Amino acid sequence: MLEVRDLEVAFGPIAPLSGVSFSLAKGETLGIVGESGSGKSLTAMSIMGLLPLSGGRITAGSIIFDGQELTTLAEPVYRKLRGGRLGLITQNPMTSLDPLQKIGPQVDVVAKLHLGMTSREARARTIEILGTLRIPEPKTICDRYPHQMSGGMKQRIVIAMALAADPDVLVADEPTTALDVTVQAQIIRLLDDLVKKRDLALVLITHDMSVVAQTCDKVVVMYAGRAIEHGPVEDIFHAPQHPYTQALIGCIPKGLSEDEHLTGIPGTVPTVVNYPKGCAFHPRCKAAQAICSTDRPGFVTKGQSAAACHFAGAVQ
Amino acid sequence: MLIPVSISISVVIFMIVHLLPGDPIDNLIRVGSSPDDRARLIAKYGLDQPLFTQYFRWIAAMFQGDFGDAIVLRRPVADLIAQNLPYSLQLGGLAFAFSSIVGIIFGTISAVTRSAAVANFMRGFILLGSTVPGFWLALLMILFFAVRLQWFPVSGARGWESLVLPVLTIGFGGVALVARVTRVALMDVRREDFVVLLHAKGLSSTSILMRHLLPHAMLPVVTILALRIGWILGGAVTVEFVFGRPGLGSLLIRALGQRDYPVVQACLLMLALAVMIGTLVGDVAQAAMDPRVREAKK
Ligand SMILES: Nc1ncnc2c1ncn2[C@@H]1O[C@H](COP(=O)(O)OP(=O)(O)O)[C@@H](O)[C@H]1O
Ligand SMILES: [Mg+2]
Repeated sequence: MLEVRDLEVAFGPIAPLSGVSFSLAKGETLGIVGESGSGKSLTAMSIMGLLPLSGGRITAGSIIFDGQELTTLAEPVYRKLRGGRLGLITQNPMTSLDPLQKIGPQVDVVAKLHLGMTSREARARTIEILGTLRIPEPKTICDRYPHQMSGGMKQRIVIAMALAADPDVLVADEPTTALDVTVQAQIIRLLDDLVKKRDLALVLITHDMSVVAQTCDKVVVMYAGRAIEHGPVEDIFHAPQHPYTQALIGCIPKGLSEDEHLTGIPGTVPTVVNYPKGCAFHPRCKAAQAICSTDRPGFVTKGQSAAACHFAGAVQ
Repeated sequence: MLIPVSISISVVIFMIVHLLPGDPIDNLIRVGSSPDDRARLIAKYGLDQPLFTQYFRWIAAMFQGDFGDAIVLRRPVADLIAQNLPYSLQLGGLAFAFSSIVGIIFGTISAVTRSAAVANFMRGFILLGSTVPGFWLALLMILFFAVRLQWFPVSGARGWESLVLPVLTIGFGGVALVARVTRVALMDVRREDFVVLLHAKGLSSTSILMRHLLPHAMLPVVTILALRIGWILGGAVTVEFVFGRPGLGSLLIRALGQRDYPVVQACLLMLALAVMIGTLVGDVAQAAMDPRVREAKK
């Protein structure tokens, strides 16, 4: 359904994203994980064809959706896919709806635009979708304004907008990061249900490994604008090859016991201006050798997964 | 809110007018009149009373809809106002409409254009329009369009031709101001998160601009326009005078020269009233456009 190969993104002379590849079939959930600044949102925007909004562009690689090359697609054609066959959910529901418009029209417009529905048909559809997303009193909600609703409710509205035209692919960029913990779980479960019921292909971007473990079939681990490991979730969790992936998995709290504290990975994420040479992770890597700071590692394949590390699998 | 403001404004207007040196009687008596004549006139118009008493007489009369009589012009002030107000309303209204409509269009073009030439032209225009003083522009336009090209009359208020130059003069600064506010507001709102999702819904840039960005950009524009109603009327005062048009501005300037207290007071009060109405209309418009403001007001 969706295949991304060697994606590279540049803003003028700087290239914050390169060498990102993955593929995704209907009914599958792909997780993209990585700390903040690793290039997850840029990947999402690339798929949606929305990089020009922030002044970026795709400089290499390809994105193939349902047999169609997206990177060279003309804008009017792309526009039909956006909201029609590709849905997007963004991070902060507090700011993702137009505060001057009622909820109803903001959702209705998708069905009107892509399914050619009349206002009345579109509203009926909106109410139905809001209902399936377990939003109480969908009819009255349509006449409310965004500021009158909670973050969790707003995120459901955003999901409703993304689903209104029955898309094939849903890109969810940290859909729960800005929400309360209890609401987070609800939204993740909701998305998981949707994938099963509607046979969606879901790209779930998160920085939370435990969310990946719960919901995803495949995972891509990103660091400093590159994919550094990918594969089926069971394989990655069972035998992570890359030290960064190992560290991320090590950060997941195992139980609810009092004395267990949350661990982070020591050091900070590099930004575009100071992406390290060689393996970008080497300054923070416990197993780093001399070669790691000079040569960029290629992917080492093991079974269905692959990791970009000079010592993939060797260190544990 | 409106009442205390009105009272303080009336006090300030009254004080300013009466503290000016000179008095209207000088403009009224003929050469060779006796000091007795002068004293009689002063008593007739109550100018010998303490200021305090004069103020309350004025206010009391005003509440009965009586603006009093002009001292020098010797006619009811209400008549003078009724005669001149329509001209000012016409000029002010047109200048206001011109500033808003052209300003919003220019601001939008300058925010969305991809052509460097258009962007630079707009930037130059906005800079010029915000800095060139109105009276100077008026004189330039009279020299060029009225005297040299003779397209429009130099002065007077006959027909639509006589309105063109005054409206342009007041409007020039107004257009620049509205264009600047529109442009900045559009650039700001375009960076907001929700715009990404609008694009992600598959909406075209044009419909996003018309249905979402412009309504947002209109919030600060409405605020500034409401505040600038007074400024536009203030502009009308000098512009009417320069173009020799009848109107409240011309009336005010003439009455000021003659220290015709009742007329000056009435004119200033009308201007102050217009400013207050402008602010009020601005608030109402804000609430009509923004549900968050409506909520906060409840
Ligand atoms: N508009 C932009 N211009 C330049 N650099 C950008 C821009 N947007 C993002 N970046 C850079 O790209 C990198 C990845 O950003 P992003 O995809 O937002 O990360 P994530 O979503 O994983 O937190 C960051 O280092 C960021 O500084
Ligand atoms: Mg992000």
